[in-house]
Amino acid sequence: MRINVTSIFVDDQAAALTFYTDVLGFVKKTEVPAGEFLWLTVVSPEEPDGVELLLEPSAHPAVPPYKKALVADGIPAAQFAVGDVQAEYARLKGLGVTFTQEPTEMGPVTTAVFDDTCGNLIQIAAMREAAS
Amino acid sequence: MVAAMSDVYKAIADPTRRTILDELIERDRQTLFELCGRLTMKHGLTSSRQAISQHLDVLEAAGLVIAVKEGRYKFHSIDTTPLRAIADRWPQQTREDTP
Repeated sequence: MRINVTSIFVDDQAAALTFYTDVLGFVKKTEVPAGEFLWLTVVSPEEPDGVELLLEPSAHPAVPPYKKALVADGIPAAQFAVGDVQAEYARLKGLGVTFTQEPTEMGPVTTAVFDDTCGNLIQIAAMREAAS
Repeated sequence: MVAAMSDVYKAIADPTRRTILDELIERDRQTLFELCGRLTMKHGLTSSRQAISQHLDVLEAAGLVIAVKEGRYKFHSIDTTPLRAIADRWPQQTREDTP
């Protein structure tokens, strides 16, 4: 068994695809019609055969209040690894992305949290190299 | 609303609540998630998110923390004004014969 897809609930699949590709820099992997929605996934260009992120519709009535409560408390729905949190923060900020947590050293890891414009918060994280 | 001074003393009597204030002095305006992360990762505190939320309620009742809703997010800010009453009540007074 292995993990090949993980999902995030998005308010609008088309808008989500734009944000996750044009702003974050992922690439579309799969787009298959599935009922009234799409089976729509993106991958990192750094790992084209890696785990796919499914941009899943927030259609179930339980989803909007769940997302709203997490966002209010600043809790991210997913985490992505980056090489340099500060650099990625500056890049995304320049593209108009809203951060609810600026880059912060949390023990051995540096993290920041931003709004994905699709009703979720996303954490970016990088392990700091051990001081030599 | 002016908090009773007993609420202020109660609020700062707890070490976790004092640490929350320390972290808000380092960076004002934090989500519950960020505060919990800092307490866990920087201070090794094992309190649950719910427990931290309750600590924030106590700090809010004392007027030391203000929770502000900004759009969909809720941020916590520090207000040290209630602490000034302590210094006003017992102003600095150093004995001249203190070595």
